[in-house]
Amino acid sequence: MKGSRIVHSIVACVMALTPLSEVASQGFAGLASGAEGFDQPRRGNQLSFPQDHGAHSDFRIEWWYVTANLTAQDGRRFGAQWTLFRSALAPGDKPGWSDPQIWIGHAAVTSSERHYVSEKLARGGIGQAGVTTTPFEAWIDDWNIKGRQGTSQDELDQLQLEADGDDFSYSLALATAKPLVLQGDNGFSLKSASGQASYYYSQPFYDVQGDIKLEGIDVTVSGKAWLDREWSSQPLATDQTGWDWFSIHFDDGSKLMAFRLRDNDGGFVSANWISADGKTEILKPEDVRMSPSRSATVEGRAIPVAWRIEIPSRKLSIQTEPLNEQAWMKTTTPYWEGPIAVSGTASGVGYLEMTGY
Amino acid sequence: MTAAAFNVLFSHWRYRPLQLVTLIMGVALATGLWSGVQAINAEARASYSRAASILEQADLSQLIARDGEGIPTSVYARLRRAGWQVSPVIEGNHRFGTTSVRLIGIDILTMPEEGRGFAVSGSPDLVAFASGQGQLLVSMNTAARLQGVTQIPLRISPDLPDDAAFLDIGMADRLLARNGVLSRLIVAPQNPGLPALESVAPELVFKSGGQANDVASLTDSFHLNLTAFGFLAFVVGLFIVYSATGLSFEQRRSTFRTLRSVGVSLQSLTLMLLAELLMLALLSGVLGVALGYVLASTLLPGVSATLRGLYGTSVPGSLSLRPEWWATGLGMAFFGTAVSASQSLLRLWQMPILASAQHRAWAMASNAATFIQAVGGAVLLGAAILLALLGHGLVAGFAVLGSLLIGAALLLPLALSTTTMIAQSLSRGAFTSWFWADTRQQLPGLSLALMALLLALSANIGVGTMVSSFRQTFLGWLDQRLAAELYVTARTEEEASRLRDWLPGRVRSVLPVWNSEGEVLGQQIQIFGVADDATYRDHWPILLGAPDLWDMLATKDAALINEQLWRGSDVGLGKMITLPGGWEARVVGVYSDYGNPKGQVIIGLGSLIAHYPATAKLRYGLRVEPERVDMLRRQLVDDFGLPDENIVDQASLKRQSRVVFEQTFAVTGALNLLTLAVAGFAMFSSMLTLSGQRLPQLAPLWAMGLRRRDLALLEVIRTVALWFATFLAAVPVGLLLAWVLLAIVNVEAFGWRLPMTVFPFDWLKLGAVALVAALLSVLVPVRRLATVNPADLLRVFANER
Amino acid sequence: MILELRNVGKSYSTAEGPITVLKAIDLRLARGKSVALTGESGSGKSTLLHLAGGLDKPDTGSVRVNGRDIGQLDDSGRARYRRLEVGLVFQQFNLIPSITVAANISFHARLAERYDPNWEAELVEMLGVAHLLGRYPEQLSGGQQQRVAIGRTLAARPTLILADEPTGNLDEATGDSVLDLMLALSRRANLALLLATHSVRLANKLDEKVVLRGGMISQ
Repeated sequence: MKGSRIVHSIVACVMALTPLSEVASQGFAGLASGAEGFDQPRRGNQLSFPQDHGAHSDFRIEWWYVTANLTAQDGRRFGAQWTLFRSALAPGDKPGWSDPQIWIGHAAVTSSERHYVSEKLARGGIGQAGVTTTPFEAWIDDWNIKGRQGTSQDELDQLQLEADGDDFSYSLALATAKPLVLQGDNGFSLKSASGQASYYYSQPFYDVQGDIKLEGIDVTVSGKAWLDREWSSQPLATDQTGWDWFSIHFDDGSKLMAFRLRDNDGGFVSANWISADGKTEILKPEDVRMSPSRSATVEGRAIPVAWRIEIPSRKLSIQTEPLNEQAWMKTTTPYWEGPIAVSGTASGVGYLEMTGY
Repeated sequence: MTAAAFNVLFSHWRYRPLQLVTLIMGVALATGLWSGVQAINAEARASYSRAASILEQADLSQLIARDGEGIPTSVYARLRRAGWQVSPVIEGNHRFGTTSVRLIGIDILTMPEEGRGFAVSGSPDLVAFASGQGQLLVSMNTAARLQGVTQIPLRISPDLPDDAAFLDIGMADRLLARNGVLSRLIVAPQNPGLPALESVAPELVFKSGGQANDVASLTDSFHLNLTAFGFLAFVVGLFIVYSATGLSFEQRRSTFRTLRSVGVSLQSLTLMLLAELLMLALLSGVLGVALGYVLASTLLPGVSATLRGLYGTSVPGSLSLRPEWWATGLGMAFFGTAVSASQSLLRLWQMPILASAQHRAWAMASNAATFIQAVGGAVLLGAAILLALLGHGLVAGFAVLGSLLIGAALLLPLALSTTTMIAQSLSRGAFTSWFWADTRQQLPGLSLALMALLLALSANIGVGTMVSSFRQTFLGWLDQRLAAELYVTARTEEEASRLRDWLPGRVRSVLPVWNSEGEVLGQQIQIFGVADDATYRDHWPILLGAPDLWDMLATKDAALINEQLWRGSDVGLGKMITLPGGWEARVVGVYSDYGNPKGQVIIGLGSLIAHYPATAKLRYGLRVEPERVDMLRRQLVDDFGLPDENIVDQASLKRQSRVVFEQTFAVTGALNLLTLAVAGFAMFSSMLTLSGQRLPQLAPLWAMGLRRRDLALLEVIRTVALWFATFLAAVPVGLLLAWVLLAIVNVEAFGWRLPMTVFPFDWLKLGAVALVAALLSVLVPVRRLATVNPADLLRVFANER
Repeated sequence: MILELRNVGKSYSTAEGPITVLKAIDLRLARGKSVALTGESGSGKSTLLHLAGGLDKPDTGSVRVNGRDIGQLDDSGRARYRRLEVGLVFQQFNLIPSITVAANISFHARLAERYDPNWEAELVEMLGVAHLLGRYPEQLSGGQQQRVAIGRTLAARPTLILADEPTGNLDEATGDSVLDLMLALSRRANLALLLATHSVRLANKLDEKVVLRGGMISQ
């Protein structure tokens, strides 16, 4: 449920240009603001592909989100992120410069020494950024995700990722034969007790091959990647201030997606256990215990960089440690996002995202 | 010891306060005029570069279309997808009611911060800026003018120049009807390893940032003009300082002698004098800069009116204290004092300890100097003639001006000396003969002041003649050009279309005033379409053209070009020019277009609509019987529903034009007058200096039976005679100056040439002013002479002096 | 009697109070006579000459020239007196620098409207300045300048010549010759000459000698 992440998009736009204090009064980055004129997610609506891989311009916000845990041949570990946000100033498409759609790209590479970040902004309607479905392509400027032609069942099975920024670039080939995973109730993902929700599906089973280039030096890498697709119009309740979100690849091939939306009370927890064959099991909120075990100072604020997660029903008790504590996304709306290592009753790798700190 | 010596030296000023005042005033006036002019220039230049860097993002590199036609949005997307960090701009002029504003449509998402045109404090929030009704970011003044004439919300950004608005590119696209054609692309700092521009977008060319902008080069001539005046005034001011320092040294010779004979070394004496000069220069420099500030603040509103009128640029009317002018002003004060005092200091070094304190009789020695000066003057005049015949460009024009003025000034002493020599040889009486001889002997001491006077007077006559000629031509041209009785502007195309239906029957004829913009002969210019109407045949000010040019314009691919475009290019009558969109038209005429800094083209209305269908069709000139003008205006407001501010009548348009014209030359006039005043002061201080040296020369005459008042009267007559002679010399020099201004400088600076008209009555007025100034300059010295105590005259005969 | 001073007194006001320069001077000078006025520096010789020359007015007493009290004349009257009746010769020569020697010599005569080319030619001959006529004063030596100054004075045919240390700026030989010339010419023109000098040797060349001491004439 990267639902929360939505935040970024709007945030990115609005925050770039309005003082933080105004934002704070509307939940994180304006995500809780009203959704007049926009469509709303409805339970029971059947997602269909490849159309739903494309943009849903009647919804306020949407993203295409890839994170990858990578290892070089010498054993060094890396993380890579490729994200395209869409944020609509008004519902629908219009031709040319009057299009109300705004696109935002975030790309990052994390090593144990340094966290590389870049950001791009673009308007819709003019070809500078967008998404097509057959063949699949999502792009902003010269960053893109392209579906590779092959024997794939789904347009997203075979992807090529490209992005660059100051001192870094990467080119990664993603491939899987496993089906998409619909999150929540058949793709309808609840985000608060009061009913805020989004459409949310994932492809957590990618194997990755490729190259990353850091400060001029090429490194050949391989590993695992996770794609999230989500769109909605008002994913946060007004009292929700941020979230902590995990995507974990266990060594046995099973996956865990878990998040906690923070509010003034106990928060809203949601988690999904995905077995290696793609079967999902929605966990009960009271069955998922997430607690920070260590904080670090990042950009002058205290961020809980290490966590303990317990799921008694599955006899799971794990500890997460970041590859790099300083994985701070210094974009127009800053947040923490970086690769983690998992140890305990099960081990693996994954990604952690934290906003609203 | 040093303190005591310094005290002695400085005590001089206590005895000669007037001399001190003269010296300080001289430096202060020179510095004041110079730094005032420089302050105006600095303010204007700063405002151009601010405007250029804000409005044109001139500091950043840009991509523009090779063919000058605009850039399709698809090319922009292609560049972005190839990794080029470019940001699009759509700009153009848009009329809100009667107010024309330059719209700069930007994409705030990709525009680098330096190109946004507003500081963080003025940043809009994106939603307000880019969606819904949008937003216009404008200056305070522009906001006031747009109040009520547009529905678009206004937001004030204090950094912006007047008459311009930043807005979202989407809205600019809509308002300017560009259909996604971009004006240019701003290039942000790039990542390395990009594909070459030729391979991605061969239709674009790269223009690197920080290049001189159009406005600055357009207005260069104006600022060169001001600088020339400032320098003239400075030189004139230096004459004052020169005579005052010379006098103060001369009168302290015996003090110097005494100081040195009691053991003050030449070095320390020189150092003390230098220190004294430094103090005086600092004091007067500061005064001068203050004076310059006052002057510039007073003149700046006029200057900004001038610049708006002549070049359409916007300069704020308030002045800031910029180091580039106050520091150079102070520098000039020191420099001027040093130059003026160098001769006196040199003489001090060459003076033997016990040199006689007698005054020098330099009449003979200066004969040679006068001759050499005159040869220099003649050479300069020759150079001026050669430059006028062979030179090109504005700088050559000003070089002609400079050579002419300085050459004439250098020739003046010889001319005056020859004149007095002839007068002396013609005079019968001993007394008149002596008078002329004595006058001639005074010339070396007065020639600097007289040269200054000649410069000031010729500048006055020259510029006055130019302005008057311009005024006469301009007013006549206005009558031709503004032929329609009413000019109306519709608010929307829909209203314009209603207007076209409503007008017939109510007016004699409707003359659309429609124009498109585009690149012609490398210039971004306006292209107007004219209806085939008798109004144009009867009134339009044609300079050159075929007799049937209006028929050709109406039926064929023909064009008229304005004088500026004609003079600035090699396109003559009968030649073809390529107009935006790639079609060609034959040039069938040239018309005068004063007050417009840029080129302009007129084509038939049919051609305009055919080639530029997107042209706004909002403005119309209406021909009605003069007595029906008021009624029609009321009907337009009451019956048709056009706001009154969208209607302008011919009379008020002419009135406005005249006001702009007068303002345009108000600054020049003020500087002219000030230069004359400084020259008058130079004369005054020279007379004062001389009058101190005159007593020994006049006392023997008094002893031989001339009364003091006779002597005083003679001084007055002498001064007036010299002024008159100088004035006579200034008339031809001034006329030549006017010719150079009209035939060379104006053509280069504005692109038009005006016929020269001579206004002798203006000279009489100037002559009268000069006479009054002459009398004023001689008043104090003469009063002093007429009432001199005989004891002072007797002292001349004292055996020990 | 050409010049007659009776009971003439003159004082000047200074910062330290009035200084009496002359008190009760009586002096007479007849046509054709020459009188030497001697005394130390500051004894009042120049002041006496200035009073006699109409350049200044006495505080008391009368200065009569040709029977008329010039002390009673107004500014214009005294200017006319200087122009027509008296000739002044100064230590500093005081020629007019802007005009030639010839013009200097004829200048006073022309002002007085008594220009006589013959007389002037004679003077030029006697003064030995014929070869200098086209020159300007600053091109002459001191002796030459003083000869020109004497020529200028005599050319105007005054009745009285007042000379104030005329040889003071000249060496002894030149001074002697200039003085001899002046005496010869004034005798020839039958003029009265009053000459101030501190040199007893020069004073002895004149007809009479008067000594000024403490503002009074002492025999």
